[in-house]
Amino acid sequence: MVASRNEVFEKVRVVLTDALGVDEEEVRAESTLQRDLGAESIDFLDIVFRLEREFSIKIPKGELFPDDVLNNPDYVSGERMTATGLAKLRAAMPHADFSKFEKDPRVSEMPELFTVNTIVNYVESKLKAA
Amino acid sequence: MRWIWIDRFVEFVSRERASAVKNVTLAEDHLHDHFPGYPVMPASLVIEGMAQTAGLLVGEARGFAEKVILAKIRRAEFTEHAVPGDQLRYDAVIESLDDRAAVTFGTVYKNGALMGYVDLIFSHLDKAETPPDMPRENFVFTDQFIDLLAPFGIRRGTRTSDHG
Repeated sequence: MVASRNEVFEKVRVVLTDALGVDEEEVRAESTLQRDLGAESIDFLDIVFRLEREFSIKIPKGELFPDDVLNNPDYVSGERMTATGLAKLRAAMPHADFSKFEKDPRVSEMPELFTVNTIVNYVESKLKAA
Repeated sequence: MRWIWIDRFVEFVSRERASAVKNVTLAEDHLHDHFPGYPVMPASLVIEGMAQTAGLLVGEARGFAEKVILAKIRRAEFTEHAVPGDQLRYDAVIESLDDRAAVTFGTVYKNGALMGYVDLIFSHLDKAETPPDMPRENFVFTDQFIDLLAPFGIRRGTRTSDHG
């Protein structure tokens, strides 16, 4: 049986609590990993490993956090993502909510895409596909 | 500088697990300051001992080709102090290993009794990611370090499949 969204969220919350050393109450659906929960780059890898173990899924490199798109200078002009870059990122991250970011796609605002909800959406899609 | 915090490997199973021991002794200068009259091995050095045990395990798994850097201490819990005269044993197990990184789980024993846990993440710093101001040679796995594995027939350049 596929886990309910709430079950997935609760497990993701435990993963993030353990990986980032934050309190459970701090982990809300809309919390951003970097700004709200203090995640650093290596924590993203830690989160990936913990999710794989917790949900018995395999997360290929760049699928949850597509760093190849995020760090590609070709997709950036000045301090903004280009239309091509944004399209690539959208395609690479169907699990993220772009409604806010697409209005003002500044590179500095990218962390807003990485919320707890983004992870829950991703895990849900993986579990459904399994 | 010799920065080696394990004395000897007692078990080494390539790509799986390794155990090393460390004898704590008052000949170690720092113990006289940590603390005066009450020598205690700093917990950070217990973590370092596990990082060296697990780091060699991870490095050997890929033929010491990459620089293996301790990237994150996932968990470090100790229930007791280690003091001069104690023997620590670091048991490290590879939980996962891929191109990006390795996760290890570790258990620390003191004189045979459970003393704590140290779980770590190592990242593989390959040539492409190495900043230009960093030495090109593999400064992580010096010969002196790899010599610790000589009793298991492991040397730099040994094919890892020879001693799995």
